[in-house]
Amino acid sequence: MSAIQSGGTASISTERSKGTIAAAVVIGYGVLYGIRTLLGDGNGPFAQIFKTLYTVAVGVGFLVAFFGILYALASQLKEPWRERARVAVFVGPALILLIGGLIVPSVLTARLSLFTGSNTDKWYGLLNYKAMFTQRQNLLTLRNNVWWVILVTGFSTIVGITVARFADRMRGEPIAKALLFLPMAISMVGAGIIWRFVYANNPSKQYGLLNWIWVGLDPILPGKQEPHYWLQDTTFFGIKSDFLPGSNTVFMIIVLIWIQAGFATVIISAAIKGVPDDLVEAARIDGATDRQAFYKIVLPYVKTTVITVVTTITIAVLKVFDIVQAMGLGGAFENNVLANQMYTESFTKQNEGYGSAVAVVLFIAVVPVVWVNARNQKAMREARA
Amino acid sequence: MSDVEPAAMTVGGTVATAMVDDMQPRSPRDQTPTATKVTKKLTSPFGRAMVWLLALLWTVPTFGLFITSFRPEVDIKTTGWWTFFSNPTVTLENYKSVLDYTGGSGRPFSNYFWNSVAITVPGAIIPIVVAAFAAYALSWMKFPGRDAIFVGIVALMVVPLQMCLIPLLQFFTSGFSPLSGGIPQIWVAHTIFAMPLAIFLLRNFIGSLPSEVIEAARVDGASHMTIFTKLVLPLSVPAIASIAIFQFLWVWNDLLVAKVFGGGSKNAPMTSALIDMVGTKGNDWQLLTAGAFISMIVPLIVFLSLQRYFVRGLLAGSVKG
Amino acid sequence: MSTLTMVNLQKRYANGFEAVPGLDLEIHDGEFLVLVGPSGCGKSTVLRMVAGLEDITGGDLMIDDKRVNDFGPQQRDIAMVFQSYALYPNMTVADNIAFAMRLRKTDKEVMKKKVAEVAELLELTAVLDRKPGQLSGGQRQRVAMGRAIVREPKMFLMDEPLSNLDAKLRVQTRAEISKLQRRLGVTTMYVTHDQVEAMTMGDRVAVLRKGMLMQCASPAELYESPDNLFVAQFIGSPSMNVIRGQVLSADDGSITVSVGQQQVTLEGAAADRLSGLRSMVGRPIAVGIRPEALGGDGTATVEVDVDLVEMLGSELLVHSTVNAPAVYSIEGGVEISEHPDSTVVASLDPRKRVKIGDRLTLTLDTLRVHAFDLDTGNAIGRG
Repeated sequence: MSAIQSGGTASISTERSKGTIAAAVVIGYGVLYGIRTLLGDGNGPFAQIFKTLYTVAVGVGFLVAFFGILYALASQLKEPWRERARVAVFVGPALILLIGGLIVPSVLTARLSLFTGSNTDKWYGLLNYKAMFTQRQNLLTLRNNVWWVILVTGFSTIVGITVARFADRMRGEPIAKALLFLPMAISMVGAGIIWRFVYANNPSKQYGLLNWIWVGLDPILPGKQEPHYWLQDTTFFGIKSDFLPGSNTVFMIIVLIWIQAGFATVIISAAIKGVPDDLVEAARIDGATDRQAFYKIVLPYVKTTVITVVTTITIAVLKVFDIVQAMGLGGAFENNVLANQMYTESFTKQNEGYGSAVAVVLFIAVVPVVWVNARNQKAMREARA
Repeated sequence: MSDVEPAAMTVGGTVATAMVDDMQPRSPRDQTPTATKVTKKLTSPFGRAMVWLLALLWTVPTFGLFITSFRPEVDIKTTGWWTFFSNPTVTLENYKSVLDYTGGSGRPFSNYFWNSVAITVPGAIIPIVVAAFAAYALSWMKFPGRDAIFVGIVALMVVPLQMCLIPLLQFFTSGFSPLSGGIPQIWVAHTIFAMPLAIFLLRNFIGSLPSEVIEAARVDGASHMTIFTKLVLPLSVPAIASIAIFQFLWVWNDLLVAKVFGGGSKNAPMTSALIDMVGTKGNDWQLLTAGAFISMIVPLIVFLSLQRYFVRGLLAGSVKG
Repeated sequence: MSTLTMVNLQKRYANGFEAVPGLDLEIHDGEFLVLVGPSGCGKSTVLRMVAGLEDITGGDLMIDDKRVNDFGPQQRDIAMVFQSYALYPNMTVADNIAFAMRLRKTDKEVMKKKVAEVAELLELTAVLDRKPGQLSGGQRQRVAMGRAIVREPKMFLMDEPLSNLDAKLRVQTRAEISKLQRRLGVTTMYVTHDQVEAMTMGDRVAVLRKGMLMQCASPAELYESPDNLFVAQFIGSPSMNVIRGQVLSADDGSITVSVGQQQVTLEGAAADRLSGLRSMVGRPIAVGIRPEALGGDGTATVEVDVDLVEMLGSELLVHSTVNAPAVYSIEGGVEISEHPDSTVVASLDPRKRVKIGDRLTLTLDTLRVHAFDLDTGNAIGRG
């Protein structure tokens, strides 16, 4: 009985403390808002930091209040509605975001791809798609994307397998792997700037690393090695072909290989460490060399992981955008890619119909890759079970 | 998603560690002493040399940028950064000038740093909170169609965000949007795009918490909100940390979403400002190198200090659509 | 304090599986009732229905005459101890114990005092600030108990709370829980698959099979007069010898039963106990004899050849062959072994010297002979 009584008084005091908290929140917010308004558009250090904190606090505060208030309201209802309302509060926001933010927009984008004009209201049928697969510039973009996928996926995986194999149990293995993995932390914009600097050309006083090495090789290599604007060269190292990527594209591809190889290394390395020792030892006793043990035993054992790496990198490459923004000079030198084209057509050229068609093509390109990945994951789980 | 599978949980305090391991590919060989396993070695002197060569090759470009950002402008423009070692002159002038540098927008570069912070912190917190609520409901609340909804959410991982940009932007600018524009729009967009993967990972994790612990709390009289905040969230810290770090870096390094939804330079993050700088000051390497390094400093700190979580998050987030 | 009543309680899953077809059971105020049965018998389902963790699909569940079918677990005022203990891994021992009180917004001082009391009682005072992960198995078990006790609930529900302890600790904790329950006087429902636990702890034991109540009685009654073959064979270790036999004859004073080549004549009180056999002359029955009924004082004798001797220290188990088939309880009735012979186990005084191959004369306590109907498996008693 005493528990019930004390519970009663306690609930009154919590009501009171809830009121106090609410008042404190409102007053606190008022003060912050006041200061924020006073600061206006100021750019001093204090103003900047304060405004940042203010924005963060408002965002997070709204989030907490949103769930807290909705849940409190749901709790006022009578059963069975209370439980239903609580479920709605928990799962509803996510569902609304997914339906309103992913499903509906995807359908709308698919629809928009059949229209054209500045307001995207002129019926165009499949002509956007036709343009994509017939006009030369667009075909070059598709060509570039294909090469991006082949080269980035292929080389990143090969580097990943090589390093994972040779670094395994090597002294300094964690350091070597961390160095390879480091670019993964850097934004593609940052990576773009890093490599633009490597590729830079200042013929009189050379500060671009690649050109410096290139010119330095002149006495050794045949022909004349002159400083070069690598990112503007649309030929494939001198060969002009509609099927081969321009050197400019190749040099951007290198950047993404640089980023993705570390990812491949870390994942494949973890898988290789999971290969049972006995297996390799048994192969050794049967007379296998290092090489044979790796290619006949270890690599087949981690096959599903390698497939995961390949599919994951493929999806990332299909959507490459930032590197071309940072290095590609807006895709002006026959070096465009789909995601960049989607952006420029939709948001700078106001050609949203065409931009939507590009998005749909990207989506269609991603689906089979995800499908392969899903099947592979399933096979992996079944193998483990 | 090899790394996230519901696993049988052990009882009591071992739960947390079991969950940490659950999110990382197991490496049983790590426990065996290296010396006794000579026969398993796959490496060779040639192989080791190749690994170190690759590691060097991978580091040089970043290292060059780093060195350059501390060299005086005159040196940068007349000599290669590799000559720095014969003539080491160090200055912080580049950082000072880039922070005050106002491009066409009239805003100092420092402004964009703070924009990045204001975009990224809620941009990482909001999706995780929303997804965690949903993941809890999909794991521990009973309602019809629960499993079908989860499968549907997982399927949405296929959708590339490019599919959603135009209609979303149209909605945000239509006047029907409750958001006043700018940074909150970027938060919401990032939240939307992060949702399928975050729900998938968190549900796998939260759903594999021991059911008896949740039931014990219910018998003790806890409501869903109490179980969620007092029990599920604290127990999910390892998973949440990994996903949060991944999402934080994703948002910090993002260019596309911020460019589309930011609505002008006022709300632009550093990535966007750097792209503009490349366009207008493409050969002012004293600005570009320092600016790029400032934008990289936060991810690098995260990488170096939280490498374990970072790797795990990346592995988990690697299939992001 | 409280009583619990189940009236035709049912659990049917969405896939049509009937875990509990209809259970009638009453737990008296302050009683320690053990629900026992082989795995999959529905005992945990029943407990979870009582706790409110499992929906009830039919019948009534009453706590103190109040129907609680639709109450959530938090509204039933019950405390539960789980098999895995289900301690909150992120909270200290003190917080684990106080969690329910905190949810009820109990006064801080009262809470502190109660936690201290319970910790004292369970010898947890020294580990109050530790997390569950830092505790031994026995300590975790006690924290789980403490969490239940501190709430002073209407009922304790315990779901195999000892199964994660090692054998020695289990015996010790078994006694502690019994003592504690008697001291607190809280109505308790305890689920286990271990019949030793059931017999030692329960005021009454309910034996469950496929969701059906086979018998609910005191441990002694369950052991001495099982209602049916299932209970007879489930309770007791080594279990009861059950062999096919036949009622040979019955006259005024005695009943004669044959088992293989052996004949046993029941007289006086022994015949009265099983007077139901009188109407079954000439018909086959199942004869049940507990091993210890073959090893002590008795009026009848049985000659056997020793096949195997097992020395357990406290008793000596002697296996021998009888040329009559064994009888088992199966789902829906009784099964007679296809093998014409069966093994009979007798429990003898360990000081006896017995070797394999010996010819031995066992004494049978005819007052402890059980008879079961071969069709239904039900015990045949006074007719």
